[in-house]
Amino acid sequence: MANARTKRMIVRTIVLYFPLTAILLYILFPIYWSLITAFKPDSDIISRPVSYFPPAFTFNNFIVAWNNVGFSNYFVNSMIVSASVLVGCVVFAILVAYPLTRFQFKGRKVVFIILLCTQFLPMAMMIIPLFMIFKSLHLIDSLASVIFATIAFKLPFVAILMVGFMSKIPVEIEEAAMMDGCNRMQSLFRIIVPILLPGIVAAGSFAFIYAWKEYLYTLMFINSPAKLTISVGLGAMMSEYSISYGLLAAGCIIAIVPPILLFSYIQRFLVQGMASGAIKG
Amino acid sequence: MRNRLGRINYRQIHLQLLPYYFLAPVFVIMLMFATYPILNVFYYSVQQYSPLTVASNGFVGIQNYVKLFAEDAVFSQSLLVSLKWVLVVVGLQFVLGLIFALVLNTAFKGRGFVRAVTFAPWALSGVMIAILWSLIFNQNIGVLNDLLIRMGLMEQPIAWLANPSTVFGAVATAELWGGVPFFAIALLAQLQSIPSDLYESCDIDGGGSISKFRFITLPFLKDTIVLTTLLRAVWEFNSVDLILVLTGGGPMNMTSTLSIYLANVAIKTSNFGYGSAIGVITFIILLIFSLIYLKLSKFAEEN
Repeated sequence: MANARTKRMIVRTIVLYFPLTAILLYILFPIYWSLITAFKPDSDIISRPVSYFPPAFTFNNFIVAWNNVGFSNYFVNSMIVSASVLVGCVVFAILVAYPLTRFQFKGRKVVFIILLCTQFLPMAMMIIPLFMIFKSLHLIDSLASVIFATIAFKLPFVAILMVGFMSKIPVEIEEAAMMDGCNRMQSLFRIIVPILLPGIVAAGSFAFIYAWKEYLYTLMFINSPAKLTISVGLGAMMSEYSISYGLLAAGCIIAIVPPILLFSYIQRFLVQGMASGAIKG
Repeated sequence: MRNRLGRINYRQIHLQLLPYYFLAPVFVIMLMFATYPILNVFYYSVQQYSPLTVASNGFVGIQNYVKLFAEDAVFSQSLLVSLKWVLVVVGLQFVLGLIFALVLNTAFKGRGFVRAVTFAPWALSGVMIAILWSLIFNQNIGVLNDLLIRMGLMEQPIAWLANPSTVFGAVATAELWGGVPFFAIALLAQLQSIPSDLYESCDIDGGGSISKFRFITLPFLKDTIVLTTLLRAVWEFNSVDLILVLTGGGPMNMTSTLSIYLANVAIKTSNFGYGSAIGVITFIILLIFSLIYLKLSKFAEEN
């Protein structure tokens, strides 16, 4: 008996605990490394041998990155863009999901296929024509250009996700409301939207994270340093001639906080969204 | 549409048009910021067009395409780099994602927490991932050189991202980290849908772990594997942020995929006509890919 138990223990260690430790190390180490680099004083970052746990902690990198490098500004710009994209995507996604889940109509299948196909659109291809459009609209170097482009690009994913959430609400609820004299609009906003709220929060969080990740459009459309978002601000720091690694790491950690906080809320929806084909990697 | 008295029933027409009213605003947005730009790419691809040289702008026919295929060595190299990039990165992400999913499908204490941690890189952008890994690969302050030297595997620090023989592997490793969660999540979802009595009956028949994996797990995962791999291939083909920030496509265009080349032409040279021709080629490659995807996913038939 004892022998069999020992053998099972050994097998479990080999097939479970060993790979599990490797996985956690692989995923966590890059984040840990950035975190301690951000907390190290400059002298510790460049000193040899490398210290894997900082001998001294400092908040200096965060303070300088926030106040002097411009991360407070980048952060606000990213918030403006991501919040606007969130609102736009959610409103339009509801407008798409409602007819798709409540009506049988000609072209319904086509709408679905178009939503799915936008996943294949190459972003790099879109930057030239979009640049020309925003130039003629006088929106180059305005955050509005990034907001419009990102809404158009991310809306299909959010819409597919919203279709998944809305299809779970039984039609009977609405029929009862309309029997009581509600019209379509009233039933959508007074009956569906409140029930849909958890789904709206989840879909909105996805939209926010997608927008927070956005890089290429901002790089192409925005010129003024004061209007950069956090992704492009970080990217610009990387290409500087003399990088302060402590500041870079601190900036990166600042950029990571909002999406990770939201992620901890929506991670349970990830599997669901993946099944409906709405999750972009 | 006419009622018994022969009058047109406007209310009936209104009701039938209702779904289209809801879709109209989105239709306009997609038309403006998706359809029109795509058509524009085709239009600009037969133009010499640059905002910097307005005087020489104009129609040039297929000249951009001729130049791409006949003269441009970077373009043909980018095609090859794209192919290598997609194959290597998607292949590795799939294998590692499958291992992650199998491990996370086992019952153990704290599984929920480990799962959340494993999925976390999904929430980070290419730029953030690039910076995390640049701090590891850096020649002077990077931790990778330090570890390898300590282990006695190396004597001199290497500039992983500037050395032509290591740059591709280094960038692929960073992309791997960001892409594994996608496969892990998708495969785990599918693993959990396998009925457990299948495994039990295999136990009764005396089947070992390997035959269980071979005859139960793999057949159940097959469709998911095909679809996730295809989708991921498209995204990796299109991915720009991480490479652009880590290497900009260099050194010596070793990491310049087609998307990176296109972004560099658009951003650095402002040669919009030529860039659009590259865009059209990218679009055609992806169109073929997405048709295969739609066919395999049988999506059109379900809805």
